[in-house]
Amino acid sequence: MTYTRETDHGTPAAIATGKSVTLTIDGQAVTLPEGTSIMRAASLLGGSIPKLCATDSVESFGSCRLCLVEVEGRNGYPASCTTPVAEGMVVRTQTDRLKKLRRGVMELYISDHPLDCLTCGANGDCELQDQAGAVGLRDVRYGYDGATNMGQAKDQSNPYFDFDPSKCILCSRCVRACDEVQGTFALTIEGMGFDSKVSASQGEGFLGSECVSCGACVQACPTASLIEKKVVEVGTPDRAVVTTCAYCGVGCTFRAEMRGEELVRMVPWKDGKANRGHSCVKGRFAWGYAQHQDRILNPMIRASVSEPWREVSWDEAIAYTASEFRRIQAKYGTRSIGGITSSRCTNEETFLVQKLIRQGFGNNNVDTCARVCHSPTGYGLSQTFGTSAGTQDFDSVMQADVILVIGANPTDGHPVFASRMKRRLRQGAKLIVMDPRRTDLVKSPHVEADHHLPLRPGTNVAMLTAMAHVIVTEKLYDEAFIRERCDGQEFADWADFVSQPARSPEAIEPLTGVKADEVRAAARLYATGGNGAIYYGLGVTEHSQGSSTVMAIANLAMATGNVGREGVGVNPLRGQNNVQGACDMGSFPHEFSGYRHVSDTATRSLFEQAWGVTLDAEPGLRIPNMLDAATDGTFKGLFVQGEDILQSDPNTHHVAAGLAAMECVVVQDLFLNETANYAHVFLPGSTFLEKDGTFTNAERRIQRVRKVMAPLNGYADWEIVQLVANAMGLNWTYDHPSQIMDEIAALTPTFAGVHYDRLEAEGSLQWPANDAAPDGTPTMHIGGFVRGKGKFVVTDYVPTDEKTGPRFPLLLTTGRILSHYNVGAQTRRTANTAWHPEDRLEIHPSDAENRGIKEGDWVALKSRAGETTLRAQVTERVAPGVVYTTFHHPETQANVITTDYSDWATNCPEYKVTAVQVMPSNGPSDWQRDYADQAKMSRRIAPLEAAE
Amino acid sequence: MSDETEVMSTGDRLIYMANQIARNLAAQGEGEAVASTASHIAKFWDPHMRARIVALSAERPDALSPIAAQAVRAISA
Ligand code: SF4
Ligand code: SF4
Ligand code: SF4
Ligand code: FES
Repeated sequence: MTYTRETDHGTPAAIATGKSVTLTIDGQAVTLPEGTSIMRAASLLGGSIPKLCATDSVESFGSCRLCLVEVEGRNGYPASCTTPVAEGMVVRTQTDRLKKLRRGVMELYISDHPLDCLTCGANGDCELQDQAGAVGLRDVRYGYDGATNMGQAKDQSNPYFDFDPSKCILCSRCVRACDEVQGTFALTIEGMGFDSKVSASQGEGFLGSECVSCGACVQACPTASLIEKKVVEVGTPDRAVVTTCAYCGVGCTFRAEMRGEELVRMVPWKDGKANRGHSCVKGRFAWGYAQHQDRILNPMIRASVSEPWREVSWDEAIAYTASEFRRIQAKYGTRSIGGITSSRCTNEETFLVQKLIRQGFGNNNVDTCARVCHSPTGYGLSQTFGTSAGTQDFDSVMQADVILVIGANPTDGHPVFASRMKRRLRQGAKLIVMDPRRTDLVKSPHVEADHHLPLRPGTNVAMLTAMAHVIVTEKLYDEAFIRERCDGQEFADWADFVSQPARSPEAIEPLTGVKADEVRAAARLYATGGNGAIYYGLGVTEHSQGSSTVMAIANLAMATGNVGREGVGVNPLRGQNNVQGACDMGSFPHEFSGYRHVSDTATRSLFEQAWGVTLDAEPGLRIPNMLDAATDGTFKGLFVQGEDILQSDPNTHHVAAGLAAMECVVVQDLFLNETANYAHVFLPGSTFLEKDGTFTNAERRIQRVRKVMAPLNGYADWEIVQLVANAMGLNWTYDHPSQIMDEIAALTPTFAGVHYDRLEAEGSLQWPANDAAPDGTPTMHIGGFVRGKGKFVVTDYVPTDEKTGPRFPLLLTTGRILSHYNVGAQTRRTANTAWHPEDRLEIHPSDAENRGIKEGDWVALKSRAGETTLRAQVTERVAPGVVYTTFHHPETQANVITTDYSDWATNCPEYKVTAVQVMPSNGPSDWQRDYADQAKMSRRIAPLEAAE
Repeated sequence: MSDETEVMSTGDRLIYMANQIARNLAAQGEGEAVASTASHIAKFWDPHMRARIVALSAERPDALSPIAAQAVRAISA
């Protein structure tokens, strides 16, 4: 693909009303939806009306007057961006009179603009330049030194883009993008007339302002006033390749804009169905880690973790890996080794890792990091609805009337979806937030929750059951839906259970700490407010009762008839880019791709025929079970692709003990991560920019990842797995990931229609995509549940065993922030550290005062599992009795604190509840110091010996 | 539970897990809870873990709750 800009139709598509109008533009007749602007209509016909203040990501404004047209029978020259099409209208866009008027407008703009085009970063990619050409401006009568903007200082505080006021034409596209697209409202136009000026949060500069660096304003800016630093540095791009973000489960698609082999910028793709042209700071800007000097590019091995690493050839590393795994199996048995697939790698790579384990290792000891995030979603939704995935696409939120957000902070975790949700809220949808923290959604510019239920961590099931109590006892349920779609007896049992007085909002108030009236009001709103849509996150799943909570959510949705159409549903907000895909691809020890149990003979024989081996019919070990078995001496070898279990999994001491007890740990990753401190083989991995494949986002949308540059380490990750497989005697012969997808399609009914040529043609597909749903499935369970009848499951509140007491009186809950991703291995290696240089402990002012803790003080955080130190942030965002931190930095290792308690059904760790004490401290704990020393020792790489 | 730092042994953890499953399913009524606890363990625990819990239930008969104990008996049959 050579470089062309995406077409800008000038104004957004009209809101669908079903009606259309026919008109004539420059002699051509055209029929379009009512509400379309004349500017957009002309553009859709292939023409283009000159414009400056209009762009199709934001509503038109009508300030520049460059887009004037003539309309027969109307006086004057209306602005085409603000004038909607009308039946029978006759429009002319190019007349001598219009040309003259436009030239006049342009002349004024140019006379006020520095004419340093030749040295400007945007030269060749500037709309002002283009439009001056388009209107045929040759001469400026007013001189070139309009005093307004010249000589103003640039704001270069943002690490990724610059703001140069002297190039600003005051079109306010940036302001509107920040308001309408992003919803942050960080920009204003200050001052009047010649003194007006774009300003970030009253003149603080971009970095110090509310700006979250999403880039929407930069994209909207027609000039070099807001410009990516990288474009200034490298120059304008000469080709573009569409690919998918490798950070979060929103799955934004981008044009990777290249200059030769160098990535210049990632521009959100307007046709991307998940992001619709928007992005967040991570996907848009934080890709510098791909070229970071810490990346390991050569394979390394060592006999023991106390030795330094030794760089070896790929052949040697692969042969050593295969021989170690075979040696261990010969000595300790077939089931003594296993592997972990990565939610960051592609579907194809994940499929290959589980295939390597099932076919090559001969057991089912495969698990994935979804274990520690959304395994309860898989369990809970498959029990109640029959599929392990969310029910809607992201667009669905625009039809929701009541949005219930539980244990999720989309503003930070799923920013692009949050922007969409906020847009819907600004249109008037109601909002209920159930979260111990006063998250940004509870109150932010132009968005305020109608109800915030700040429940005590660990009481989700009690709270949701109390809402069900209100819905059942006040007869707010949807009887017709239940009768037609659900099992009647199960509903009756459930209704009986939730109606008991012990489950009323009043009865559970002492447990949850939330006023009963507020709970009642929220339940009534959800049940009766129109389309009710539930969005939830890790605050639901990462609990002892994670699976029960997911089922309690599904019960609420079924009881109120909020499943099976647009605008409603149950929507897990998935963390990592491909966590949905990793689950779909058979990464769990008890099931093959498409969620089919390994004991199912028909499915197993399908795989046995395809792979030519007998497969194990017994479920394998999950990650915590593998670590236990390792400590017990029965599990000795582990292949870890693209995960850092030492940092991301709970109870670091337990993980470290398990890893240390193994004889061969193989880590395939970009960096020497924390897990690699315990590894014997390091296989350097590739980034998403360096390979082909697919990711599946939280809406079940399968999207292409495209290679834009050669892998620095020599191989794509799928090729490395194939090398290991072949060294173990498996004879794999894939030349391209499309062949792996063909195999997945052949073996997985829900993926039967997923092939690269279809993805190429459609852009993306939402599974199930097969003969029954050739174009995929945006909304699930229309007309009936996948499992047949919807199943109401009684969810009894069982308090966690992790209890506060005199020594550990506070509850710690953990989470993440916008600018970092998971364990931070990538984002910490980018300029995103400007926003979050360290993990901090949020503590309520009263708890802080009791302990003599002030903002910024070092504090020791101690639980039954361990101790660490970090700095305090005193804030009312957390309730008294609750403290909160992120886990993005290995120096803090929040998981030293988290315990082994986990979800009863899936062993998903209880990250969200740990009893802790917080005390003033004056520096790192002993453990942190020891750990830092050990990590340093473990990362030594021996100098290469001289060649013989 | 005491406030001392605790690291569960694998045996303790398996017992804890079996009891935790049983406790979360108890609201279904005893008969159904035993059956679902048994099928849950059969479906999600690897053979080694299952053998271990069967052995543990014999070694430490009081460690398992009544529902968990019956479920373990069911999977050992
Ligand atoms: S980068 Fe995003 S948040 Fe920041 S000012 Fe621009 S649009 Fe607003
Ligand atoms: S910074 Fe760019 S988008 Fe914003 S008003 Fe100025 S020219 Fe327009
Ligand atoms: S991190 Fe998520 S929201 Fe941000 S650009 Fe990537 S996919 Fe989109
Ligand atoms: S583009 Fe229509 S007024 Fe500016």
